[in-house]
Amino acid sequence: MSLRTEPVTMNVGPIHPSTHGVFRMRVTFDGEEIVDVEPVIGYLHRGSEKLAEERTYTQVVTLTDRMDYVASMTNNQSYILSVEKLAGITPSPRGVWLRMIAAELQRIASHAVANGFLINDLGAWHTPLLYMLREREKILEMFEMLCGARITNSYLRPGGVFMDAPDQFWPALNRFLDEMPNRIDDIERLLTTNEIVLIRTQNVGVLKKEECLNASITGPVLRASGVDWDLREKNPYDYYDQIEFSRPLGEIGDNHDRFLIRIFEMRESLKILRQCIENIEPGPVRPKEVPFLVRPPKGDSYVPIESPKGELGFYLVSDGGISPFRCHVRAPSLINLTLLKEMVLGDKIADLFVTFGSIDVNMGEVDR
Amino acid sequence: MFGLGLIKGLFVTFKNLIGPTFTVQYPNKKVGLIKASKYYNKNPFSLFKSRPLEGFKAIVGQAVIKEFPDQFPRFRGQEFNWFEDRCTGCASCAKYCPLGIIEIETHPGENNIQEGTSYDIDVFDIDIGRCMFCGICVEACPFDALHMGSGFERAIEKREDLVISIDELRSAEKRPSTWFRPQIENSSYKPRNEEIEDSHDVGRHEKPSKEELTERWVNER
Repeated sequence: MSLRTEPVTMNVGPIHPSTHGVFRMRVTFDGEEIVDVEPVIGYLHRGSEKLAEERTYTQVVTLTDRMDYVASMTNNQSYILSVEKLAGITPSPRGVWLRMIAAELQRIASHAVANGFLINDLGAWHTPLLYMLREREKILEMFEMLCGARITNSYLRPGGVFMDAPDQFWPALNRFLDEMPNRIDDIERLLTTNEIVLIRTQNVGVLKKEECLNASITGPVLRASGVDWDLREKNPYDYYDQIEFSRPLGEIGDNHDRFLIRIFEMRESLKILRQCIENIEPGPVRPKEVPFLVRPPKGDSYVPIESPKGELGFYLVSDGGISPFRCHVRAPSLINLTLLKEMVLGDKIADLFVTFGSIDVNMGEVDR
Repeated sequence: MFGLGLIKGLFVTFKNLIGPTFTVQYPNKKVGLIKASKYYNKNPFSLFKSRPLEGFKAIVGQAVIKEFPDQFPRFRGQEFNWFEDRCTGCASCAKYCPLGIIEIETHPGENNIQEGTSYDIDVFDIDIGRCMFCGICVEACPFDALHMGSGFERAIEKREDLVISIDELRSAEKRPSTWFRPQIENSSYKPRNEEIEDSHDVGRHEKPSKEELTERWVNER
């Protein structure tokens, strides 16, 4: 004899420790099972796209830092590439290599945060998270050497970066590259074979290939479902065409696959960083002729890049003035969030937060 | 075997338990005798002589010393550094600020050769409460007069105090950050350790002297 239970609708969030910011879900439970999920977004809306319309092209760089505040370097990169295409600026080679180094460091930092908070959501209280944050701290210190800020970097400028790396940056980077593989090994030893992690993440939050492609999901979530799509390889920007790296693919598309993909990508980023250091050459970091006030001709541009969370692109329209006429951001977090309902239906309450954490959503980017 | 992964993981936790610590005990750290005498740069006996209380505390490991996190010279911090004799009052910083928080009022100076070459500054207010420390005002300054600061311990009790006035800018400690100022960075300069008093050292562009201005604006015409 089975017990009949009434479905209960509850609010999760917007202020809840495991929603990674201010995110609200209206969840309907039947006992412990999830029947319906309705995400409610907009609690962190700051109108960045509108604010960009009344600022000059250089000033908007500071706004892009605050969209995805866990990966500001890649945000800067995407915006700057779009401005360069719009204004027809050829960047300096050393500036491009430097911003690739910054972007790959940022990818490692962002994946460390994503995996750490995923394990935190699983209920492993702060220990594994702090191991990840310790590695991120080294990267943030390197960013402080580069540009004087740890999170809101504003390091990139149209044509390259604003200033060359200081002398103390290169030894710190080499030390990091030597240490980091051991640290990733430690993290894998701690978590990938841990039985509790395996029970909680395997075959939970499964996302099929077709569902992903239909909803235009990108990034590690897509690759975990087995689709080989990485914009660094398929549509190379900067100097990614001169660099060799492999793209790990998942099989099932569950939470554990997403966790593993991020760890593999951290290793691949280390390989890319080594190649960048080999290829970098002395020279100016920014062409002299690029003015502070960029005045692109009439037109529009969109350059998608592979940010840690997926395809990130800035669509800019210029009317020939000093500020963009229209700015639209294709935010990967927002689009990856759309399949949350399909992922969690039929799972238990506790799996909701794990699945939500495994998508690696940043609310600053969702609402902008 | 079920549980093997748990044991493997606990081994990592144990390794981190006995490994070196990464935490910085900002702002105060409790230390023993050896570290305390190193901090005061004395041997333990003279530490007892000069600071007996600290010496007794250090024996039980309770002496309090200051500890700071690593800070790098490009760190964009609070308390803007403004060198008045370099400033021409062009208000580039106010124009380029993304938030418009810098307010400048000028009048033509007494010793100006021709209008537009020299201004005296009446008001130079920076509303720190809305500042996001992007450093674009510093990037825009054509004569290297405005610099980012390097402090981060600037808690303020009243909201009005968040607006830095021209007097505060004049009297502030001159510990400029090297953000966008490669000319300071080339030396072994550390903002925490040294102050820069001479405004001549911080600029790559020279502010023209009165004779040069006379030559340029009066004699040539």
